[in-house]
Amino acid sequence: MGRRTPLYDAHRAMGAKLVDFAGWDMPIHYGSQIEEHHSVRRDAGMFDVSHMTVVDLVGAEARPFLRYLLANNVDKLRDKGKALYSCMLNQQGGVIDDLIVYLLEESWFRLVVNSATRDKDLQWITTQAEAFGVDVIEQPHLAMIAVQGPNARSKVLPLLDEANRQAAADLKPFFGEEHGDWFVARTGYTGEDGFEIMLPEDQAVGFWKALAEAGVTPCGLGCRDTLRLEAGMNLYGSDMDETVSPLVSGLSWTVAWSPEERDFIGRSALDKQRDAGPAEKFVGLVLEDKGVLRNHQRVVVEGGADGQVTSGSFSPTLGRSIALARVPSMTGEACQVEVRDKLLAARVVKPPFVRNGKSQIE
Amino acid sequence: MTETPADLRYSKNHEWARANQDGSVTIGITDHAQDQLGDLVYVEVPEQGREVEADEACAVVESVKAASDVYSPIAGTVIESNEDLADKPEVVNQDAYGEGWLIRLKPASSDAMNALMDADAYREFVESE
Repeated sequence: MGRRTPLYDAHRAMGAKLVDFAGWDMPIHYGSQIEEHHSVRRDAGMFDVSHMTVVDLVGAEARPFLRYLLANNVDKLRDKGKALYSCMLNQQGGVIDDLIVYLLEESWFRLVVNSATRDKDLQWITTQAEAFGVDVIEQPHLAMIAVQGPNARSKVLPLLDEANRQAAADLKPFFGEEHGDWFVARTGYTGEDGFEIMLPEDQAVGFWKALAEAGVTPCGLGCRDTLRLEAGMNLYGSDMDETVSPLVSGLSWTVAWSPEERDFIGRSALDKQRDAGPAEKFVGLVLEDKGVLRNHQRVVVEGGADGQVTSGSFSPTLGRSIALARVPSMTGEACQVEVRDKLLAARVVKPPFVRNGKSQIE
Repeated sequence: MTETPADLRYSKNHEWARANQDGSVTIGITDHAQDQLGDLVYVEVPEQGREVEADEACAVVESVKAASDVYSPIAGTVIESNEDLADKPEVVNQDAYGEGWLIRLKPASSDAMNALMDADAYREFVESE
């Protein structure tokens, strides 16, 4: 038996098919992954993401610590509640994890990291934090519910208490705010507007049921994956890991190069890679032939080395298969992908594939 | 619970086989199999005339999650494939034993069906898995 979130019984009661996800029993879907996907693109869907790891960093040196720990620069966070997406690198420039960091107070930052990497992340962060005298405090008693879609905000707001409702209604994208024990952020992993809400675990079931009554569709992690893929968002462990740098994972935009004197873990390795020019690049693929692109399939580029599909699936919004792939830098506008001994034609595009319900390709 | 019609035979790879009056055998995946796979988004069926062995991979069904081979429960020659599924793979989810059939075979031997499970045995097999 795996670990269970506070919503486990609610998932079962709603007919969820549960699967193991990084040691947790999580819903993969509640009947139809494709219908759930569409509900997020067209209306509003909700995800239990309580398995994700929330870590608070507290101490006078929290900011200098994060300036050193993360490839993106926390000095971009000046306003309370602002969020930043970043990679956490090892000395070789490989990605230990990707995460979101929020500025709560000048001496208090909150990280949300992946559940599959929880143990190594905590160990790494704790080790690096010692020299800065920063406390690393996990928050395992927070549940987390993501509500996403064009109607997500209007369905969530009436269910919040007065203080959170006021704050949430005024939140700009990529900001969060804490009131009482609740933390509401206008963030997500689907390419749609919406909220990610952290709340005390004993209030999770009540809020989940209220959302369902308000017409928000319960969604499993299955469609969370196709939604993020359409949105061109990376998945840790598939699109990047400790063996590859952000520069060949489509994440160069998350690396803050200036100021040059900022020394962050992995910087010297990235500097070298940037100066030499990476041999590979990270692209989107749209399959022109029939079939479905899958992780690890070989990408064949005329006159170049082989590439690889890092995340491939079927796009319910586009009605065809799409993928993220790492390919030789010289790759042009077309390539082929080996699918069961056959070479299928694919077009190279710049992600995202879908944003706010609309196709971004062709 | 998923359905297991009494007039069909079943394989351990979760295919069903129906003996037709003209001696041909229609093959598809079971309701249990489609339920496990989830929403299908692509189906690849073999060409007419292809000869298949028992337990040979002869078709592919792909859900959003993953691709799965379909194994022919009996040996024979493909006399018809369900080409309609290329545009409507979801029919396999909706009607696994009807419109969602995959191929029709001319069996290599007339008693091949006897080696397959009946509905009761298949139900027990699914529960024991």
